[in-house]
Amino acid sequence: MTQHASPPRDGTGKAAPVDGPPAWRGVIARADVRTLSLLGVLAVLVIIGGITKPDEFLDTRNLQLVLTQASVIGVVTVGMTFVIISGGIDLSVGAIVALASVWATTVATQEYGFFGILFTAIVVGVGCGLVNGVLIAYGAMVPFIATLAMLASARGLALQITDGRTQIVTVDGILDLGERDSYVLGVPPLVLVFAAVTVIGWLVLNRTTFGRRTVAVGGNAEAARLAGIDVRRQRLYLYLLSGLCCGIAAFLLIVLSGSGQNTNGNLYELDAIAAAIIGGTLLSGGRGTIVGSVLGVLIFTTITNIFALNNLQSDVQQIAKGAIIVAAVLVQRRTASTT
Amino acid sequence: MAPEPPLLSMSGITKSFPGVRALDGVDLDVQAGEVHCLLGQNGAGKSTLIKVLAGAHQPDTGAIRWRGEEVTLRSPIAAMRLGIATIYQELDLVEHLSVAENVHLGHEPTTAGFVVRGKAARASTGALLKRLGHPEIEPGRLVGELSAAQQQIVSMARALSHDVRLIVMDEPSAALDPDEVDNLFRIVGDLTAAGVAVVYISHRLEEIRRIGDRVTVLKDGRAVARGLPAKSTPTSEVVSLMTGRNVAYVFPDRPVSPPAAEPVLSVRRLTREGEFAPLDLDVRPGEIVGLAGLVGSGRSEILETVFGARKPTAGQVLVGGRPLRPGSVRAAVRAGLGLAPEERKAQALLMLESVTRNVSVSTMSRFARAGWIDRGAELGAARAATRELSLRPDNPDVPVRTLSGGNQQKAVLARWLLRGCRVLLLDEPTRGVDVGARAELYAVIRRLADEGLAVLLVSSEVPEVLGLADRVLVLREGRVVHEAPARELDEHRVLDLVMEGSPAS
Repeated sequence: MTQHASPPRDGTGKAAPVDGPPAWRGVIARADVRTLSLLGVLAVLVIIGGITKPDEFLDTRNLQLVLTQASVIGVVTVGMTFVIISGGIDLSVGAIVALASVWATTVATQEYGFFGILFTAIVVGVGCGLVNGVLIAYGAMVPFIATLAMLASARGLALQITDGRTQIVTVDGILDLGERDSYVLGVPPLVLVFAAVTVIGWLVLNRTTFGRRTVAVGGNAEAARLAGIDVRRQRLYLYLLSGLCCGIAAFLLIVLSGSGQNTNGNLYELDAIAAAIIGGTLLSGGRGTIVGSVLGVLIFTTITNIFALNNLQSDVQQIAKGAIIVAAVLVQRRTASTT
Repeated sequence: MAPEPPLLSMSGITKSFPGVRALDGVDLDVQAGEVHCLLGQNGAGKSTLIKVLAGAHQPDTGAIRWRGEEVTLRSPIAAMRLGIATIYQELDLVEHLSVAENVHLGHEPTTAGFVVRGKAARASTGALLKRLGHPEIEPGRLVGELSAAQQQIVSMARALSHDVRLIVMDEPSAALDPDEVDNLFRIVGDLTAAGVAVVYISHRLEEIRRIGDRVTVLKDGRAVARGLPAKSTPTSEVVSLMTGRNVAYVFPDRPVSPPAAEPVLSVRRLTREGEFAPLDLDVRPGEIVGLAGLVGSGRSEILETVFGARKPTAGQVLVGGRPLRPGSVRAAVRAGLGLAPEERKAQALLMLESVTRNVSVSTMSRFARAGWIDRGAELGAARAATRELSLRPDNPDVPVRTLSGGNQQKAVLARWLLRGCRVLLLDEPTRGVDVGARAELYAVIRRLADEGLAVLLVSSEVPEVLGLADRVLVLREGRVVHEAPARELDEHRVLDLVMEGSPAS
């Protein structure tokens, strides 16, 4: 390393920080302020829950329930995060979850057993994603419109399949997964699936060419095109990915409820977008994190749980959710302008 | 009483942007009823000056007097209230609104303050269009359906819908054919006869001779000549005033003997209708070929078409003798082409990302196995490429947005260097790069050529093309009007060619 008279250097040859001990500062810099503040919010919520309903909230069964509820929407949110980072939006996720869950639980499908249900849920999800992706990437449709159309059609198709009836699952393998016997070290299998999707999502976003291209397309599509990236193909893949996540979520929902219903996944699109936004994903694309989105999901699910335990109605929950979204975005804008 | 003061008098106007002093004490006097022409090369400060006059930019220092009284133009609205209207080169019309709605945008005739009287607006718009010699434009039509020339008329009608005393026209004839130019001149004549002053910006000397009264020449942010008679000042004098920079650029030496290898890039009869005429050119390894021309001469369009970002209507691009699939950037990149586009931030850089990721974006699959990126290898390669170009700071982890313009450009060049490209297409490579950093960038470009790259360079700054290129093609309105080794040309002659189309003197 070459020597310079200034700035002052410490023994390691790196520029000495102006203030504060470097060790903990480094940790904070790496974890980034936004993630820490989300963790802080989550911690505050856990404390509130612990104080208001100490016996019920901190009960193991309740915590398992919270995480299980977070799993379904969480898997959808991971896919949604990729789409939003690329500068797109997927309004059809809730409807795809509904369609996949009813298609996979028809009498005919259930005859093929556990894997028939799993396979159908995923194929329906990916199929819907394919339609979205082709319309958006190659049909040059605005994502908002294309996925809005998919939202309407997929919900309609789901209603047509079920005729409004709840389709009860009779396949033992599916029902067993929801039982306590199948918990791994106290963790429900659904939560394990969510954890796996999160880890894989993080790795794909941060460590693969796919993730890089996603960020590039969302940050500056024209620059990505002029750098030789196939922007359209990347967009197609992203909606396929979101559809895949919806298929997985539909399967989790079938396990959780032991049934398929055309009303499943209602307003998931808004919950997933809200979680991604409070997690720091830019709606205009180019920036976002899987960790932030997952924390966003956990925050929303925990609030819902605390409100329910305290017998507060869902209208109050909705108001609180709205306030949190606004507060999170305002705080993020302030931190963004100071860094 | 003292003689009538000029309608407009700007004195000592300065305006700086980060890294650039765009205006350095400009004076301008405009009389009521005259056509006052502004001349100057690109970057001389014309655009900044008219934006100050339109209230879009605030000057750092200097005074503006309007009919003898000192005024501040805080906003475009303030300028409009005084009676100053500006017709910009890029038309600022709303395509999805009708002609009448555009003309009255912001000052719609209303009942009770908010109910728009559409009929009244259409009637007064129709009257204005008639006065402008275009009664055939329907006030109810959408602006997006009109031709470029008609849109210009609408823009002018909008200017005239205010009580206007001074109209600034920024290259109004650029998009017009000869008949329409005649009509434009008739309108200008009517306006001046009515006592309205016109500030007219054009690169076409013949137009200035036809309608201009006086000429002010800008160079490097200063007025080098004020109020010259437009009709009698010899062309050579005007051109001399515009040329000869105060800033001495340092250009690297050219190789002693021109490269003799087979051309790596060949363009054959490449055409895009309405943008540029059939074009032929060859670039050899080690050679820098420059395209000189004014804004609107088709330079950027040519580069983007060669790169596949625009689809040609006819013609071919060959790299190493093999034709490229037309209109495919990916085919061009695979064949070894790289583009450093004019709008670096909008077209090349991922502003939220680090230097490394900006450099590796075209190459990342090379560092990946099954999609999995080896970040160590990526960082090492990016560091090597940025070091070779002496990019500062020497830390590829910093966000690219924190870099200076020159270093951002180096990041773009490093991207193509890393890709191992054979042909570099440079569109305005020193746009937004401050003067000190330019020499370094020139040296880098020359070194890349010496190492065997073929470089096709486009610049609106004539000295840059002449100083850097080995061979120069002069463009005028999408057509090559002259080709010669750079040694045999000088700035004066190139400016004659781009402005008059034929060598003067």
